[in-house]
Amino acid sequence: MNTSVKEKIRIASGQGFWGDLQTAPYDQVSKGPIDYIMMDFLAEVTMSIMQKQKKRNPELGYAKDLVPIVEHILPTCIDKKIKIITNGGGVNPSGCRDAIFRWARKKGIKNLKIGVVLGDDILDRLGELRSKGILLNNMDTGETLSAVIDGVMSANVYFGAWPIVEALRQDAQIIITGRTTDTGLTLAPMIYEFDWKRDDWDKLAAGTVAGHILECGGQASGGNFSADWRSVHDLAHIGFPIAEAYLDGEIVITKHENSGGLVSLQTVKEQLMYEIGDPVHYITPDCVADFTTIQLEQVGQHRVKMFGVKGNPATDSYKVSMSYHDGYTAVGTLTYAWPDALEKARAANEILCTRLADLGLKFDEIRSEFMGYNSCHGPLSAVPDEVNEVVLRVGVRGHDHHAVERFGKELAPLILTGPPGVTGFAGGRPKPGEVIAYWPALIPKTAVTPRVEVTEV
Amino acid sequence: MRVRLIDIAHARSGDKGDTGNVGVIARKKEYYPILSKYLTVERVKQHFQGITLGTVERFDLPNLWALNFLLHESLGGGGTTSLKNDAQGKTLSSAMLRMELDIDETITL
Repeated sequence: MNTSVKEKIRIASGQGFWGDLQTAPYDQVSKGPIDYIMMDFLAEVTMSIMQKQKKRNPELGYAKDLVPIVEHILPTCIDKKIKIITNGGGVNPSGCRDAIFRWARKKGIKNLKIGVVLGDDILDRLGELRSKGILLNNMDTGETLSAVIDGVMSANVYFGAWPIVEALRQDAQIIITGRTTDTGLTLAPMIYEFDWKRDDWDKLAAGTVAGHILECGGQASGGNFSADWRSVHDLAHIGFPIAEAYLDGEIVITKHENSGGLVSLQTVKEQLMYEIGDPVHYITPDCVADFTTIQLEQVGQHRVKMFGVKGNPATDSYKVSMSYHDGYTAVGTLTYAWPDALEKARAANEILCTRLADLGLKFDEIRSEFMGYNSCHGPLSAVPDEVNEVVLRVGVRGHDHHAVERFGKELAPLILTGPPGVTGFAGGRPKPGEVIAYWPALIPKTAVTPRVEVTEV
Repeated sequence: MRVRLIDIAHARSGDKGDTGNVGVIARKKEYYPILSKYLTVERVKQHFQGITLGTVERFDLPNLWALNFLLHESLGGGGTTSLKNDAQGKTLSSAMLRMELDIDETITL
């Protein structure tokens, strides 16, 4: 129960993706005052990996990295009354909670309440939904799901902030969800603390935009900074961003004082522009935010105020993220040194492709790139007079596992049976990896109900 | 005068499936009208010939002195389908900044 409405809260970004800087969460909770820490662990393909893990072991299916991070930060969070909100629950938020409870009991931690948000996983409901006329066609291409349904590996609904708000209202100190929008992880504490309503569209939009700024961690506070990367102080100790939110919906983006990095109009703008489509209609389960209404002002060193954000009503649908198996890939590289590095790399590529054709191997695609020359900018690359070294990178994709695997055996022979001055093969034979393709769809909100369970250790 | 885009703008790119988005942001407020006038869909499509196989869309954010471009079919299928080294289009932003513009206006850099 929220007995008092606060005027200001500080929400810290702890992880921008599964695999982000492992030291960031502890730095955020220990280097200065914060009220909440949010951590994002889910990329598009992550759920399919987690489903596979859960199939092998029903206790798994969540982001394993999350547990050691929580173990590291929890004593400080309890001390400073910081709440943790994360989507690292994957396809088993309950299993994740249980793992944390087991550790907490060993440590003698009492009165710890963990909330889980369930109901996003609709993998076992596909038949039921389709029979009701909820077809889950591809929202980008219009294709029908029947084309790929046999290979579907995961199906999760994107919930927003409100189930997390419910968990906060039941006094949860750690909240673990499955598939939730990154923006919802940051917006929820604002709704809870400031008692914003479901139709406070402008405030919900402001919180949503703050969530978009926080969702990639250091990429808003000096990381990957196009404007002037050299001017960013002490990137080694970069401070992830913090959203200092106010009751009226104004939000200041900042970072801890004793941390590296940079928070400026330019760093914030770069993150605002990241992975957006039509800026007027930034659609989330909670509202539709209009990015063309965002006003920014630098109000201090490493403090950028955001205000004036306008929002519109949420839609009637949730987005569904599904993944399906769609073949295999394998990629290998070889490094060619001066003289004639590029010419030799091209010749090696010719030899390789000839041998693959002679073997009668069929692929959906073979792609050869020349790293160090033009793999990033393609035809826009400046042509140098001479390159010191070039990395030939060859990849294949197809549905024939044998063919993709057989390709892997053709890289190493080039060392002794191809152009000279070649190295960089010690990584071993390229092994086939699974192609996990992405299928976005829409589902009426009435067809899915989030469930919130809060339990004490 | 001839202007290098990198001198008047900074950029950030991301991905959504096989589409790369490139946000181009004016370094100063007075440069935004230049971006708005000269960074047309046609100009960007021409610049990304051979990289972008689909259509190009442009959205304006004058409040941020920025333009957002969607470059469809630029990522070799995107995600784990793509065989590209830059399957996520992280370097599309710097590819955009290679552009040079011939402008009628005179601006001080």
